Amino acid sequence: MEAEGTVSGAGLIAMQNFLTRKIAVLSTCLILLLALPVIMQLLDEPYLISLSSRILIYAIAAVSLYLILGYGGMVSLGHAAFFGTGAYVVGILASASFDASPVFSWPFQMDGSERLLVALPLALLISAFAALIIGFFSLRTSGMYFIMITLAFAQMLYYFYVSLEGYGGDDGLSLYSRSQLPLLDLGDDTHFYYLCLTFLLLFLLFCHRLVNSRFGRVIQGIRENEKRMQSLGYAVFGYKLACFVIAGAGAGLAGALMANQSEFVSPGLMHWTQSGEILVMVLLGGMGTLFGPVLGAVALLSMEEILSMFTEHWMVYLGPFLILVVLFTRGGLYGLLIGRER
Amino acid sequence: MLDSILRVEGLCKRFGAVEASNNLSFEVARGEIHALIGPNGAGKTTAINQLTGEITPDAGSIFFDGEEITHLPVHLRARKGLARSFQITAVFEHLSVEENLGLAVQAHQGHSFRFWRNVARDSSLKQLTRQAIETIGLEARAAEPAANLSHGEKRQLEVGMALASRPKLILLDEPMAGMGPGGTVKLAELIQGLKGNLSILLVEHDMDVVFSLADRITVLVYGEVIASGTVEQIRNDPLVRQAYLGEEVIDA
Ligand SMILES: Nc1ncnc2c1ncn2[C@@H]1O[C@H](COP(=O)(O)OP(=O)(O)O)[C@@H](O)[C@H]1O
Ligand SMILES: [Mg+2]
Repeated sequence: MEAEGTVSGAGLIAMQNFLTRKIAVLSTCLILLLALPVIMQLLDEPYLISLSSRILIYAIAAVSLYLILGYGGMVSLGHAAFFGTGAYVVGILASASFDASPVFSWPFQMDGSERLLVALPLALLISAFAALIIGFFSLRTSGMYFIMITLAFAQMLYYFYVSLEGYGGDDGLSLYSRSQLPLLDLGDDTHFYYLCLTFLLLFLLFCHRLVNSRFGRVIQGIRENEKRMQSLGYAVFGYKLACFVIAGAGAGLAGALMANQSEFVSPGLMHWTQSGEILVMVLLGGMGTLFGPVLGAVALLSMEEILSMFTEHWMVYLGPFLILVVLFTRGGLYGLLIGRER
Repeated sequence: MLDSILRVEGLCKRFGAVEASNNLSFEVARGEIHALIGPNGAGKTTAINQLTGEITPDAGSIFFDGEEITHLPVHLRARKGLARSFQITAVFEHLSVEENLGLAVQAHQGHSFRFWRNVARDSSLKQLTRQAIETIGLEARAAEPAANLSHGEKRQLEVGMALASRPKLILLDEPMAGMGPGGTVKLAELIQGLKGNLSILLVEHDMDVVFSLADRITVLVYGEVIASGTVEQIRNDPLVRQAYLGEEVIDA
C-alpha cells in the first residue's frame, strides 16, 4: 500500500514537473513572439520581421497538415494543393481588381477585390471545396495509395495553374500590393506580422478545441482502428472527409496569407516539393501535440535561412540532420524541448 | 413460433475451394445465450463477419429484430443494436480505457460532428462511460492507455466496448481467447450477469464454459450446421459426439 502511494506520488511530481516545464516553455515562446518585431527593430534587422511572418504562415500550414496526419493518420503528400489554392484566390482577386475587370461574369458577375475581408473567406471556402473534391476520391484509398493519389491531385492542380496564361502561367502573378484591412496597414511588415501571429494563435485554439471534442476523438479512433470504429457504429468516411476539408481550409488560410506576404503567387506554391516541405516540418516538430508542427516550421525555415547564407547546397547539410532528428528523437524537436507526454 | 432477435436463412460463403458457410440457418431467441461452437476453421468467425456486414454472403438472408439487414453496411447494423467483440483484440491502443469506452458510448448518442465542446467534460458521455468501466471492473485502470493493459484486461475491454453501446444483440467471438483460468471465470461471470438483459451469440472453444452459460447451442462443422438445440440435446446428440466432441468427456 505504502509502496503504491510512493509510486503514484512520484508519478504526480513527474507530471507536475512536465506541466510546469510545458507552461514555462510555451509562455516564453509566446512572449518572444509578441515582442519579436520590437526586438528586430532594436537589432536593426527589419528583414527578419518579414521572415518571421513567413515562418508563422508555414506554421499554420504545418498545423493544418498535422490535423489529418497526426490525429487522423492520413499521410497526404498533396497538402500544398490547398495552400496554393488559397494563395491563388487572393492573387486572382487582386489582379482582377487591379485590371478593373471581373474574375468571371457568368452565371453571376464576380468582381475582383483587394479587401482581405472578402479575399480571405473566399480563399478558405474555395480551398475547403478543393479539399472536399480531392478528399472525396482519395479517402477511398489508404496508406501508400492515399499518398500517391493526393500527390497526383496536387500535381494536376499545379499543371492547371501553369496553364492559366491569363494569370501569369508558369511565371506566376505579382500582386500590386498587400490586401486591405480596416485599421491595419498590411503593407507595414510589423502590422502584417501581428496579423499572421493572430491567425496562428486563433487557428491553434480552434485545433485544440477540435482535437479534444467529440469529433476529435472520433478522428483519433479512426486513426487507431478504422474497422473497429465502423463496428461501433461510425460512418467513418464522413468524419475523415470533414477532417480533410478542415485541414484544407487551414492550408488555404496559410496560402492566402502567403500570397500577401510575398505579394506574389506562382504554381510553385503547390508543387510537390512544397507538400514535402510542410510534411518535413510536421515530422521534424514531433507527434503528439499541436505545438510540434509550429516548432518544426520554425526550425526548418530558420535552418534553411541560416545555412543558405553559407552555402548554396544547404539541403546537403539539412537532409542528414532531419533524418537524425526523426530517427533518434521519437518525439521530434518538441520532445527534446519539453519531454514526452506519455 | 420463436420470438427471435436474429434469424439467419441459407447463408453461403465460399473462399476459393473452402465452403466457409454452407447453407447456414439458425435463430437466436430474444434474451437467450446462444452458443456457436465447432472446431477451428469451421466457419464461426466467417459467420459472425457476415452478421455484422464485414463480409458479404454469396447467398442467404439475415433478419435482425424483425428487419432484413443482409445488405446494410456495418455501421448501420451497429446503430440498430447489433454489437460485436473481436476474436483478435481490436481496442484503440493509444487511447485510454476511458476513451476507448467513451467512443463506444458516443457512437450511440447521435452524430459526432461536434467540434468545440471538450469531450472530457461532457457529462452525458462521462456517466455512461463510468458505468461501462464498472461493468468490466477496470476502474483502477481507467486512465491507462489500452496498450499498457495485460492480455486479460484487454479482453475485458474488448467485450466492454461491445457492451457499452447497450446493444440488443451482442456477438462475442471467443471472448476468453488466450485468457488464464482466473480471467475466464471473471468474464464468464460477467456474461452470466448479462443474461436476460440482452441476447448473446457466443462463439467459444471452452466446452465447460459453453455448457454452463448457454441456453441453446448450434454446432458448426465445415461451414454446415450439424446440430442445433438445448444443452441437453447437444450433449446427447450422437452426430455431435462423433463429429466434433470426439473423445471429450461431456458427461456432467
Ligand atoms: N478472408 C478469407 N480468405 C480465404 N479463406 C478464409 C478467409 N477467412 C476465412 N477463411 C477460411 O474459411 C474457413 C473458416 O474460417 P473461420 O471462419 O475463421 O473459422 P473459425 O472462426 O470457425 O475458426 C477456414 O478454412 C479459413 O481458412
Ligand atoms: Mg474464429
